[in-house]
Amino acid sequence: MTQLGTANQAVGTEAMTPTAQPPRGRRGGGGIRSGEGIAGWVFVSPMIVILGLFMVIPIVMALWVSLTNWNGSVNPFSGGPGAEFVGVRNYSDLFARDGLTRSNFMQSIGNTFWYVLFVVPLQTLLALGLALLVNNRMLKAKGFFRTAFYFPSVTSSIAISTVFLFLFSATGAVNALLGAIGAGQPNWFTDDRGLVHLLFNAVGVDNPGWAQGEVLGRSLWDWVSGPSVALSVIIILVVWTTSGTFMLMFIAALQDLPVEIDEAAALDGTSGWQKLRHVTIPMIRPTLFLVITLGLIGTWQVFDQIYVMGKGNPNGTTLTPAYLSYQQSFGNFKYGSGAAMAFVVFAIIVVLTRIQRWVLTDKDERRPLLRRSKAVAR
Amino acid sequence: MLYVALALFSILFIYPFLIQIATSFKTDPDAAAHPLSLVPNPFDLHAWKQIFGQGAGSVPFMRWLSNSVVIATVVTVGRVFLDSLAGYALSRLRFRGRGFVFAALLAVMSVPSVALLIPKFLMVNYLGIYDTYAAMILPLIVDGAGVFIMKQFFDSVPVSIEEAARMDGASIFRTFWSVVLPMARPALITLTILSFQGSWNEFSHFLVVTRGTPEHMTLVTGLASLVSGQLGTGTQYPLKLGAALLTTIPVAVIFFALQRHFIRGANEGGVKG
Repeated sequence: MTQLGTANQAVGTEAMTPTAQPPRGRRGGGGIRSGEGIAGWVFVSPMIVILGLFMVIPIVMALWVSLTNWNGSVNPFSGGPGAEFVGVRNYSDLFARDGLTRSNFMQSIGNTFWYVLFVVPLQTLLALGLALLVNNRMLKAKGFFRTAFYFPSVTSSIAISTVFLFLFSATGAVNALLGAIGAGQPNWFTDDRGLVHLLFNAVGVDNPGWAQGEVLGRSLWDWVSGPSVALSVIIILVVWTTSGTFMLMFIAALQDLPVEIDEAAALDGTSGWQKLRHVTIPMIRPTLFLVITLGLIGTWQVFDQIYVMGKGNPNGTTLTPAYLSYQQSFGNFKYGSGAAMAFVVFAIIVVLTRIQRWVLTDKDERRPLLRRSKAVAR
Repeated sequence: MLYVALALFSILFIYPFLIQIATSFKTDPDAAAHPLSLVPNPFDLHAWKQIFGQGAGSVPFMRWLSNSVVIATVVTVGRVFLDSLAGYALSRLRFRGRGFVFAALLAVMSVPSVALLIPKFLMVNYLGIYDTYAAMILPLIVDGAGVFIMKQFFDSVPVSIEEAARMDGASIFRTFWSVVLPMARPALITLTILSFQGSWNEFSHFLVVTRGTPEHMTLVTGLASLVSGQLGTGTQYPLKLGAALLTTIPVAVIFFALQRHFIRGANEGGVKG
């Protein structure tokens, strides 16, 4: 009740009199809480209907469909040709059976693995770096820089992808720039060579004997390819667009740090780097974990950018499970298989988030869990 | 040193947008020949004429624009009202099952959107509203994160004022509507912005619940089909970048006018991504 003063000013209704402060009513029937039971349900019913109708029930429906070979032309729940129950075959096709489905799916998993491995650290580092820069107390025009860095995050992913398609096109700005400094000008969107492969090639290693073993239907050499040049453009794009949002989270955390710590560190004569490593980072650890978790959740779902910039091309090196699931369902009309892929991604995300939380609580039990992240789904 | 780094990053973050604006006023050959230049030479309005429906090869942008405006507006109004209604009930009203409803909400919020594309399509199909505005709007009209933001806000508001209103005989809805909701202005503005931006930029949902004919396209889905779908022909970078610019402008205007609230939103509802 301590905030009453400010709240009063904000409202200013005639109903406020000092006497109107009843004990929290629990008189049952007739009190000021009468009717709340009904009103409560009435108030939440639109939410329950919409979320139930478009999230909860359809997820159950999709689980069922993932156990069928539904092709979209008949009622998915009728059984019979076009909607037969096939058990877990859609799932085993993804992991255990040789075939196009598995090789596509495994390639998409491999791509995403590299994508996540690059995007999450890069966006976290860039966001933290920008936050530290912008948060400098001496800095003028903080607002301008913050705005500039955050703006890409609020715009449409499709519009941004369009811009990047132009920037990285064969005759685009990036190649013009590379040409100006005399560097090579790759054909970004058609180049399927993996970065790690390129690195190996540079030292004269190409598809060596040790890399011939097969893992889940794909050769080891394919698994270690690294992101293709085409996928790298999408990596750059995503890092560029998301770091603004995460920068804001870091700024909020940095501004919460007590000033005395800065001063104490300054008195102790710590260098900027030492302070960052031993003081600042440990103190913003909850935010750091939050950013990494959100990064992991987001990266496994990349879809829009893939749809506009690659659709899996060249050579499947921009396939991701999310896009493949869409493609399999709405392009090939194999909804059962597509739904199975979606659930596998779902499971991967859930597992990753669990691991994240486990790591977080294990080492630092005393600290309240994800303090700044109250509003974030867990 | 600090300023050098900042200047470098600023260029990195701003220059692409400047190129985008400049290119939309270029001719196709000029766009290809001078991709870095910020000065269109010759200055050419062909792309914008196409966008506004004149000249050969025009694209139904005005239709898409009006679809975007209508859908984003309806979704925003609906979300702000329904989310605050539910948020208020979860925060303030005591009813049997409230704890369960809240727990269910948290569970639903943690479902990644990629797992929802096929489910949404199934339900929309089942209800017989595939390829209609209803299918585009209804699934978006309530969002878990918004309910959560409103609940958090109401939790932080002192309870005595509404109790006073109730003592004076105001109904529950009336108390909510004319006493509590006006106090929630900061949260309402944040939610309005998040909802508008989210539904304006929405892509995958519209992709799966409509047939992909221009009739039900929004600026975003229209742009996607122009860039990589059935409408795409040739490079046409001035047209594509102009269209992308048109898609960005409304959000940009709101962003520059209400940055504070965007920043709030990023830290409160950092769920969407």
